[in-house]
Amino acid sequence: MNDAINLSRMRDAAFTAEVEAQSGQNVSTCYQCGNCTAGCPAGFVYDRQVNQIMRGVQLGLKDEVLNSRSIWMCLSCSTCSLRCPNNIDVAAVMETLRHMARKEGRVAVPKVEKFWFSFLDTVRAFGRTYEIGTMALYMMRSLRLFTDLDLAPEALKKKKLGFRPHVIPGGADAVARIMQRYKERAKREGVRP
Amino acid sequence: MKFAYYPGCSAKGSSADYEKSTQAVCAALGIHLEELPGWNCCGSTPAHAVDTELSAALCARNLDIAAREQAETVLTPCPSCLSNLRHAAKRMENPQFRARVDELLDTPAAAHFPEVTSVMQGIARVYDANAIAAQVKKSLKGVRLAAYYGCLMSRPPEVMDFGDPENPTLMESLLSACGAEMVDFPLKTACCGASFGIPERVMTARNSGRILELATQLGVDAVVVACPLCQMNLDLRQKQAAKEADAFFRMPVLYFTQMMGLAFGIAPEHLGLEKLRVSADELLRKIDGAQAGEGDR
Ligand code: SF4
Ligand code: SF4
Ligand code: SF4
Ligand code: SF4
Repeated sequence: MNDAINLSRMRDAAFTAEVEAQSGQNVSTCYQCGNCTAGCPAGFVYDRQVNQIMRGVQLGLKDEVLNSRSIWMCLSCSTCSLRCPNNIDVAAVMETLRHMARKEGRVAVPKVEKFWFSFLDTVRAFGRTYEIGTMALYMMRSLRLFTDLDLAPEALKKKKLGFRPHVIPGGADAVARIMQRYKERAKREGVRP
Repeated sequence: MKFAYYPGCSAKGSSADYEKSTQAVCAALGIHLEELPGWNCCGSTPAHAVDTELSAALCARNLDIAAREQAETVLTPCPSCLSNLRHAAKRMENPQFRARVDELLDTPAAAHFPEVTSVMQGIARVYDANAIAAQVKKSLKGVRLAAYYGCLMSRPPEVMDFGDPENPTLMESLLSACGAEMVDFPLKTACCGASFGIPERVMTARNSGRILELATQLGVDAVVVACPLCQMNLDLRQKQAAKEADAFFRMPVLYFTQMMGLAFGIAPEHLGLEKLRVSADELLRKIDGAQAGEGDR
């Protein structure tokens, strides 16, 4: 009944401005045509469709948007950006939202973030990724032991997954230092790395 | 012709067959690939999903190595690497962004970076269709193929410079020059589900399933790809996709370099064909059969 009143209380104009500044996009030109949603390959697992996310950003519904699962499931395929009649880089808006949510420690789909961290950990250790390492770390983090176990026999038979990490000749320290500086700076700036 | 070369991590692991066939085809064409010394992972999707500056720093280290090697052009086989490296180079044109990235590096990155482009475009730059056709020893005549580019190779267009972002045609021109019949493939730039196969399997199963279903309906002999992750999703995960689509697929998924290599008469074992989960034997017989038929005439 009093949706309108709630809405005005939830509106956060500073949030809209921040998303526009960080993504470099003018979200006010979105007129809800739905083209982005029509072509989105991840929409079937979204809790809010991408056009709804865009509307949420316009209206400054910060919690609604940053707590959404959708921003974690976005594939960064840029189909939405390509098909937006107003030339909004919608994928850049989605990425900005994910960055903002992460930095505030809002992680609606932890398993996705765990997967990314597992990947980046192998990069930190070896300077290059290494599939078995990423998988093992991910299984430990997510306590999901059976991920892709059905693929293992064939993947191994075909030697699809590298068993030994490929390390940068001369060492991976330079990459580890990049990661370290990134973490330290995030800490200094008071955001979650 | 010499190019600097950024293989990407997949080349050293899951897509060793892409690497092998890229090397074989380039050698056959007299294109020399000089691997960047001490290159590191571009950070792939996880780095840019986490932070744009972190992703750019991982890429800038490689671009800096390329600049110090005085490379003119760097080729990479992987569209994801290409996308990350090109995005980073573009963003580094902004001085504030560059300063933030430099803070993460041991020493500030070179002021100018060499151009980075795909192996596919590198080949096409040196060899036009006629020159490719002149290399063909075993024509792909009678072979029907679908070119599948994936979502990253051509998008966003202002960064990737790969022709029409929803209808690139470079792979078709290279493979038609090898004699293949290229079908019109409307899902050629649809997304296959990326690396979500690990955290959310239905994402890759559903999206890859659509691509395999269309290819099967079109009756092609193989889907041809340029991306290591696309290849893995369509080939290694083909059964998962079939289950999700409630269908049966038996679709070989080859790299464009493997297809070109076959046309150049390079032996399958030098192209890593044994790595395919869905065997390409029938396709090989078809190519050999066409040769025999040709000889009879
Ligand atoms: S395609 Fe563009 S204008 Fe249409 S709903 Fe999506 S963001 Fe808005
Ligand atoms: S970039 Fe994300 S939101 Fe846009 S179409 Fe792709 S998956 Fe959907
Ligand atoms: S995109 Fe993939 S293959 Fe390319 S460097 Fe990064 S992890 Fe390695
Ligand atoms: S693996 Fe999937 S997400 Fe990556 S380029 Fe290929 S189609 Fe796109």
